Amino acid sequence: MVCKDRLMRRIKIDRDPHEAGRTKKEMVAVAGPLEQFEIKPYAELEVAGFDVSFTNSSLWMVIVVTALTFFLVGGIRKNALVPGRWQASVEMAYEFIANMVKENVGREGKQYFPFIFTLFMFILGSNLAGMIPYSFTTTSHIIVTFALAAVVFIGVTLIGFAKHGLGFLKLFAPSGVPAPLYILIVPIEVMSYFTRPISLSVRLFANMLAGHIMMKVFAGFIISLGAIGIAGQAAAVLPFAFNIFLTGLEILVAFLQAYVFAILSCIYLHDAMHPAH
Amino acid sequence: MELAAAKMIGAGIATLALAGVGIGLGNIFGSFLSGALRNPSAAPKVFGNLLLGFALTEAVALFALVIAFLILFT
Repeated sequence: MVCKDRLMRRIKIDRDPHEAGRTKKEMVAVAGPLEQFEIKPYAELEVAGFDVSFTNSSLWMVIVVTALTFFLVGGIRKNALVPGRWQASVEMAYEFIANMVKENVGREGKQYFPFIFTLFMFILGSNLAGMIPYSFTTTSHIIVTFALAAVVFIGVTLIGFAKHGLGFLKLFAPSGVPAPLYILIVPIEVMSYFTRPISLSVRLFANMLAGHIMMKVFAGFIISLGAIGIAGQAAAVLPFAFNIFLTGLEILVAFLQAYVFAILSCIYLHDAMHPAH
Repeated sequence: MELAAAKMIGAGIATLALAGVGIGLGNIFGSFLSGALRNPSAAPKVFGNLLLGFALTEAVALFALVIAFLILFT
């Protein structure tokens, strides 16, 4: 009876989130799936009117960069001819991106390898760090991914103009097209070029956002089923098992999205190098 | 119509993009499977492209999700 009463109250709170008088504990129990994305400032700071507080987002970026530096520098510290397990994993990451750059940009893309490698490792690190319970996913905020995508977009455009001058504009008018079709194709190409940073950033941000919301929603099912009673607790095994499956899927998505971001940056670089194709 | 109700309906309509994404994903994996069963030795070479196509198509569904969120929460 007590359990049922509590459930009724909880349902009532779910319907009306602004209901006054609920206790702190109940607020925690009904915390929405979006609460994990809240940015909490740790040290307030303001420079020239801009809010540059040190937040949980910045903290996790620092943690990711520190862990990556430790992983990469520590792995090649001994620099053995026959690599150990640690060195082998660092070399594997290096070779994975080196092959990607070689296949998608070509030989002359070698000079941009450090940038692509840093980009890939940072996104992969942030995505994976988001899978740690109680952590914060920096890549689940559009401003972070948009900054990364804007760097790629502006860099690629500058490289294109620096290498080919105005010949870079041939990118918008592909060869081998019947002349009347240019009226249609050039605007489409221009539009698709300028939506690149948007699609690149929204893809990464939406993937991380949707995955983490889905996990929190199923975690919420476990809590609300557990409040019903013995039968509910037995049924709560189902969402729990599904959440374990989702965790595995999210780790796959974390890797896949870092890969997609890196490979699309490579493809854009290739476009900048060979605009005539 | 009330604004809140219209928002709910709009967010629901935004998920219609899933129909196209479902067709696309089925097409990608179906084509991969039929190709891989005809020539299994070529399958590992296109697996990277398969994942790329999967991620690009899945992103379209997530654009719809973002639109639904924008409708609901702004």
